[in-house]
Amino acid sequence: MSTVLLGLGLVVGLAMVGAAALALVTRSTVTAVLAAGLVSLLASVLFVVLAAPDVAMTEAAIGSGLTTFLFFFVMGRIRREGAK
Amino acid sequence: MAQIALATGFVLILAGIYGALTNRDILRMIVAFTIADTGVNVVLVAVGFLPGRTAPILDAAVPVAQAAERIIDPVPQALVLTAIVIGLGITALMLAYAYRLFRLRGSLDISNFTELKW
Amino acid sequence: MIRNVLIAGLVALLGVAFWTLAAGYVPDAELNRTAAYYAANAQTDVGAPNIVTGIIVTWRGLDTLGEVTVLFLTSAIIALVLAQSKTPPGASGAGFLPSGELLTTGSRMLLPLITLLGAYVIMNGHLTPGGGFQGGAILASGVLLMLLADPSHRFAHSVIARVESISGLAYVLVGLAGMALAGGFLDNGILPLGRFGAMLSAGAIPLISVLIGLKVGAEFSSILESLEETEDA
Repeated sequence: MSTVLLGLGLVVGLAMVGAAALALVTRSTVTAVLAAGLVSLLASVLFVVLAAPDVAMTEAAIGSGLTTFLFFFVMGRIRREGAK
Repeated sequence: MAQIALATGFVLILAGIYGALTNRDILRMIVAFTIADTGVNVVLVAVGFLPGRTAPILDAAVPVAQAAERIIDPVPQALVLTAIVIGLGITALMLAYAYRLFRLRGSLDISNFTELKW
Repeated sequence: MIRNVLIAGLVALLGVAFWTLAAGYVPDAELNRTAAYYAANAQTDVGAPNIVTGIIVTWRGLDTLGEVTVLFLTSAIIALVLAQSKTPPGASGAGFLPSGELLTTGSRMLLPLITLLGAYVIMNGHLTPGGGFQGGAILASGVLLMLLADPSHRFAHSVIARVESISGLAYVLVGLAGMALAGGFLDNGILPLGRFGAMLSAGAIPLISVLIGLKVGAEFSSILESLEETEDA
């Protein structure tokens, strides 16, 4: 394990913890959903560093892509119904 | 490396559980659950990681004869692969129920749903 | 107040448990016996260079069948839950903002490429990182792009349902064929293993990957669709 990869892992891990904290403390739900998607995206980078490319692909496509849009679809439905 | 990922995953699980227990908004609780889900996946992959080895794919860089000395544990990866897919299914189910609850009360605040409270 | 103390106590207890686990963790120096078996027999048993795909599709194929069943149940339950909450007539359809020119044109250009990438990832699942789940998710992102570009466009539910059920049925049939012709349920030896590392090799793994990809893609598409639609969901 070279020092570069170790540093990359450290930075990504810290960024994930920061994004998770942001998702918990922010007041806006949209920001929280986006921060959770960011946690997933950074997790897929961490999986590549951990020599798991299969898992990284799945996490990038499903965890950060489809999940975020599911949240936005439901939030859009709720907003449309709440507005009328 | 494995220790860093392990610590990150555990912190994410704790943050997710704390957020799911303290938030009042149902959507925010679901967001916290997805964070805890990601944390569990990171911990599982980190446990399968062995230092100085490479991904479990046999090619020119990893000949079959030396595979057992060169690759990391493939079993946790297969496990996490299925866990991610099921995680999306669980999130979608929770969101559908959240929408139903919103239709019922016109609100997403968990303190408005007191039927099962004691 | 007492609630916050309880929550803090619970999280602190979990934190202590996790701390003990993380502090005492030492990475193994050797592969454990299961992993060593998989590594040593990947070429002779399944013929797939990507061991993760070999585990998912063949060695633990029954679990994968159970998993796609769980996904099917999820999409069915979501459709059921949302079908009981019909919006009142007259309130539907008007809430859509028209999507911009950029998104419409861009999706027309990107959709074939995304579908192609999905097919590539599925077909090369046993050689490179990828496989049925990843490719299915990529196909579903193509459907997602279509939904975003034209929200009022209606998909043919029956086509998605048919793709899903036919691929599921074929998956079970391939598994039964493994029982009849090869070593057991979902054994990939029903087709010749071929040359190690070639595109059409590893027995039935490419076939099963295609089936899993179609099934997962159809299930994700139907989940996305039923959560997105307001009109007749």
